Amino acid sequence: MKHVLTFLTGLVFGLGIVMSGMSNPAKVINFFDIAGSWDPSLAFVMGGAVVVTFIGYRFVLKRPAPMMDTAFNVPSSRLIDRRLVGGSALFGIGWGIAGFCPGGALPALGTLNPDVLIFVASLVTGIFAAKTMMNKTATI
Amino acid sequence: MVTEFTPWASLIGGILIGLAAVLLMLLRGRVFGATGILAGVLSPSGSSDWTWRAQLLAGMVTGPLLYSLLFGQMPVIQVPVSTPMMVIGGVIVGIGVTFGSGCTSGHGVCGMARLSPRSIVATAVFMLFTFLTVYVVRHVLGL
Repeated sequence: MKHVLTFLTGLVFGLGIVMSGMSNPAKVINFFDIAGSWDPSLAFVMGGAVVVTFIGYRFVLKRPAPMMDTAFNVPSSRLIDRRLVGGSALFGIGWGIAGFCPGGALPALGTLNPDVLIFVASLVTGIFAAKTMMNKTATI
Repeated sequence: MVTEFTPWASLIGGILIGLAAVLLMLLRGRVFGATGILAGVLSPSGSSDWTWRAQLLAGMVTGPLLYSLLFGQMPVIQVPVSTPMMVIGGVIVGIGVTFGSGCTSGHGVCGMARLSPRSIVATAVFMLFTFLTVYVVRHVLGL
């Protein structure tokens, strides 16, 4: 049952992503192309997702613990440093070039679209490259 | 490439994304960040962590199949960029989300909903840079 519930949670996310248009690079890039073929749809994705999550978290985080673990494990850092800002800036540049973000591309793997496969392979390469760079800077 | 304005499909999709984020917090006590889930599946810190992330990822990838059962067709994916741009963009996204500790789902949805200062800054920065990049690519370079 536990395993099924986690799978179903991923399925709800995946359905939401493909319904929303987040897995369609043309729509994503048009959202940011206010000077060109602007499509404001993705504002509704972000708006709907943030409002539901904001309300839902208020209820869930009142519990002493989640259903399948002993404690909540949410990020607690409040550090705003160059790594956060620089990384986010890079992510924005990459997202603007390719039109896919990780959350948009991963569910789209299920379509077997070759561009999605190319993006995810490149994404994984970038993640490993960054982890290698981080380990090097950590040891210096 | 012009795309159709889809406020209802996008809103319903967004609500489902939010529901999934709430469900994951209720079940596992974790934020729903695609970057963290993928990185966790690629390099597991412990076997039980790997298992739930793999189940979640399996569910995510099944999304298009469920969509096709509901709507009678696969979701539309239109790619207005060249393959080299897809590769370069993908590598840059991978580096960025690793250093930035998150992406649209982790920072933009879960972190914003938690009113995390880090996530609010990260989201503002990546939205600004995506906007600038699209402007430069489309209207300065004309790609």
